[in-house]
Amino acid sequence: MSLTNQEYEELSKRYSKNSKAMMNIPKAFIIGGLICALGQGLIALYTALGVPEDLAPGACSMTLVLLSALLTGLGVYDNIAKHAGAGTLVPITGFANAMVSPALEFKSEGLILGVGAKMFAIAGPVIVYGLSASVLYGLVMVLLGL
Amino acid sequence: MDMILPYVWAFLVGGAICAVGQVLIDFTKLTPARILVSFVVLGVLLGALGIYQPLIDFAGAGASVPLTGFGALLAKGVRDAVAENGNIGILTGGLIASAGGVTAAIVCALSVALVFRPKDKA
Repeated sequence: MSLTNQEYEELSKRYSKNSKAMMNIPKAFIIGGLICALGQGLIALYTALGVPEDLAPGACSMTLVLLSALLTGLGVYDNIAKHAGAGTLVPITGFANAMVSPALEFKSEGLILGVGAKMFAIAGPVIVYGLSASVLYGLVMVLLGL
Repeated sequence: MDMILPYVWAFLVGGAICAVGQVLIDFTKLTPARILVSFVVLGVLLGALGIYQPLIDFAGAGASVPLTGFGALLAKGVRDAVAENGNIGILTGGLIASAGGVTAAIVCALSVALVFRPKDKA
């Protein structure tokens, strides 16, 4: 089998992309799963401490947000994220990281347009489209009399 | 075994939702911001259709911690607020349900930005 350089390059690019994904997906699965298992531990902890069952998941999310913010400030979260990809992006900790990271990075541009504005670079769109979708759901629900 | 099972399901379901995100990163041109927005909107949709709550009942934090859980929480907030207060709930429900998480994230982001120094990116 003979290949031109160009063909070889294309093949090697295609397979290295696949093998990268072969590693990335299990890593995202394991790290994302561990964050959720930690969350399950927090829910169990809060329930044991007497937090009502319907409020425990919220308390768990807020605790994870706090942990993620601290780890982002210490520069640890971004180091884990380099390996975890979506494993650290998709959990609520990734949402917190997406707020803290630009807030910190743009501190030099001031407290108003730096910290105050940049923290919403990614979180803003999430809130805009999430809330709008929920309002749309409410409208549909009420109009259809569900 | 009954003690460990909730953790196993949280790990497996949460991990699977994150793996879907990783597939989107590796095989599409979606940026992280687009993936987060898609997951929240998908969560609202699944919550509205009544599909997501059974998953939360089954997998606990495995379903509530990923951002799809945040979306489902917005939908649940609207449904509860409409049931309790009528049509005004369409506008109030989402933020009421998510108030704790959103406020925690804002206050944490501000505090960390005030206390820590930006790292020099190597």
